Amino acid sequence: MALPEENNKFEPDEYNPEEMKEEMLLQYPPKVARKRAKQIVINKFGSDGEVGDISPNVRTVPGLIGQRGCCYAGCKGVVLGPTRDIINITHGPIGCGFYSWLTRRNQTDASTTPDNHNFMTYCFSTDMQDEQIIFGGEKKLALAIQEAYDNFHPKAIAVFSTCPVGLIGDDIHTVCRNMKEKLGINVFGFSCEGYKGVSQSAGHHIANNGIFTHVVGTDDTEHDGKYKINLLGEYNIGGDAFEIERIFNKCGITQVSSFSGNSSIDKFANAHVADLNLIMCHRSINYVAEMMETKYGLPWIKINFIGANATAKSLRKIAQYFGDEELIAKVEEVIAEEMPAVKQSIEEVRPRTEGKRAMLFVGGSRAHHYQELFAELGMKTLSAGYEFAHRDDYEGRRVLPDIKVDADSRNIEELDVKPDPLKYNPRKSEAEIAKLAEAGLKMSEYEGMMPDMDSGSMVIDDISQRESELLIESFKPDIYCAGIKEKYTVQKNGIPMKQLHSYDYGGPYAGFKGAVNFYNEIDRMVNSKIWKYLKAPWQAHPELAAAYASD
Amino acid sequence: MRKIAIYGKGGIGKSTTTQNTVAGLAESGKKVMVVGCDPKGDSTRLLLGGIAQRTVLDTLREEGEDVELDDVRKAGFAGILCTESGGPEPGVGCAGRGIITSINLLEQLGAYAEDVKLDYVFYDVLGDVVCGGFAMPIREGKAKEIYIVVSGEMMAMYAANNICKGIVKFAEAGGVRLGGLICNSRQVDNEKEMILAFADALGTQMIHFLPRDNMVQKAEINRKTVIEFDKEHPQAEEYRILAKKIDENKMMVIPKILPMDDLEKLLIEYGIAS
Repeated sequence: MALPEENNKFEPDEYNPEEMKEEMLLQYPPKVARKRAKQIVINKFGSDGEVGDISPNVRTVPGLIGQRGCCYAGCKGVVLGPTRDIINITHGPIGCGFYSWLTRRNQTDASTTPDNHNFMTYCFSTDMQDEQIIFGGEKKLALAIQEAYDNFHPKAIAVFSTCPVGLIGDDIHTVCRNMKEKLGINVFGFSCEGYKGVSQSAGHHIANNGIFTHVVGTDDTEHDGKYKINLLGEYNIGGDAFEIERIFNKCGITQVSSFSGNSSIDKFANAHVADLNLIMCHRSINYVAEMMETKYGLPWIKINFIGANATAKSLRKIAQYFGDEELIAKVEEVIAEEMPAVKQSIEEVRPRTEGKRAMLFVGGSRAHHYQELFAELGMKTLSAGYEFAHRDDYEGRRVLPDIKVDADSRNIEELDVKPDPLKYNPRKSEAEIAKLAEAGLKMSEYEGMMPDMDSGSMVIDDISQRESELLIESFKPDIYCAGIKEKYTVQKNGIPMKQLHSYDYGGPYAGFKGAVNFYNEIDRMVNSKIWKYLKAPWQAHPELAAAYASD
Repeated sequence: MRKIAIYGKGGIGKSTTTQNTVAGLAESGKKVMVVGCDPKGDSTRLLLGGIAQRTVLDTLREEGEDVELDDVRKAGFAGILCTESGGPEPGVGCAGRGIITSINLLEQLGAYAEDVKLDYVFYDVLGDVVCGGFAMPIREGKAKEIYIVVSGEMMAMYAANNICKGIVKFAEAGGVRLGGLICNSRQVDNEKEMILAFADALGTQMIHFLPRDNMVQKAEINRKTVIEFDKEHPQAEEYRILAKKIDENKMMVIPKILPMDDLEKLLIEYGIAS
């Protein structure tokens, strides 16, 4: 791994990052400090160019205010939530369903499916009461499925278990099977009880397993179109997927399915007929890509449509994979067409953003992807970390063989997938794949966030509120990116805060047009004077001075 | 009002012993309520003459919020007030949660109110202390005294030792105490001596040794306690003695838990070795 060309040594102010780390750990009891020390890493490149170890995907220490969500949130909220035509029923007390209702700003366009079904604006829950806890909730679940069917006649219904369901042992899978038979539509359940795993990451895996088992590969309809892809791990926050689809259409790339921004269940069912899987969010969706490759012979590449340069690079990778001169030329044509507007915007904005500094603590991919956009603005990422990522998302997939599987991960089922006797069709031969790799396009490869970060920058996994406050106090970044839970404490410190889960009220930020949106948004935020007025006048000048009026 | 919970290994005779003993207490003029905490809902069968009583939870489910005390509480032999908590079918739901809900409802309905003038409430609890719900009667001061029904069989003693762990846990927070072991004889060799030694090791007493007698089963088939079925029978007298001992019992302790090794040693010493 080559070092990033520019700015590869990072010296923020006079701060020594090692000292900063020590200060962060000082507040903890020895055992906690030992644990956190493995999650707070000063980025360093070894003689082989490789980054150091980090220990993510471990339990959060009780008492630390972390950023993480739960397994249910990852399964229902993240992966399945954005699919408009599945009725997603939360089996549990009402709070879990209510507070996961429309919180991620996933957009969808129902006009593109013939039935125009869109259930995303609804909140479906079995509203478990004392009675269901005591006597079991299976009957009420069956009634809820029936009621949802009678009212909406959806193509599919999915059921999501909340914590109490796991405790009392409701067999949701049998209920789903019975209702599937009775109603003649696809009904499937997810045992994604919130307490499973160490973060929402467990829920992503469970969602991947469920969608792969119950949906993918059930519709073999072939499509026209020479370059057929699936877009994985893109959730259409603020309309990102619309912008990416616009670019695909322009290039003549056929998107067979999307997991799961602007998605419909029929597309999932048909996903295996595509010829390439593109992974945006490696953490939440790599399982489906891996399983599709094993079962159907469909390879995957990591792409990133966050950042104009990253978008151009990703389009070139797709063209390189298909190896078709026509597509290669078309992609270049589209890039040439789109870039002038981007350049114009950068030229206008960059003088005001150059040299400003950002921190990103978000997601399992976003903290990496958005560094691209900040770099385009001439901004530096001082520190970044994920909420729920694994080692491969930080250090790259080369560490996969070394990842220790702990008891928490073992709790999450690994499906045993084999090549489909009829549908397995390797899209590229081993020789072709080796040739592509030689030319610089590696299949099934993700190098992680750390190799892209400057030497000396702080990589902090599952950051705690106290740690983030120390960072803010010491470095006074110009912008801090995280989620809604962090928003107001950051703002109270007088630092602009951008939500990168929901984009606040903005977006899209993906693709070429999204990049321009982002430049303008960040320009607006980091150059706003409003934060200077955070302190009341008497806080800055506690003494009042006045003279007696003369008589 | 004394609040007593009876625990013990499944099948040891908790319900039978409880009902026969409260029959003795009631006969001597005490006002007693029995709260069955077994999802099977059969803790008051002998007192009610086999009348299938609607359980608290079934009633709550069918009537909604509008539940009257008389819907869930029936007077049985010698005026003993009987309620059954009820619960789910085996394999579904959460019986423990059911017991919590049920006892809370009984409280709200005034089953424990001053004007009922209860001398005793007995909780007859299913099996071992398996989860939070089954510990409900000894949490938050719902029951203050525990009696453990035990026999000279190893697993019964093992269960008793385990129940004591639950008592210790709640003793510090809620003030529950162990009143003693009731030995419901299985005619194991040296049974009495062994349970006496076991009680001693736990720091408690064997409050009574109930001999095994077929009369108990005979009365049971007739859906009666021995005291009601054949009040002159010697076994009826045994239950009266136990009732009197409980009534007069002053020995309330926080038990000492036995390490498994010590428990095995006790068995070898009194049982297998002789």
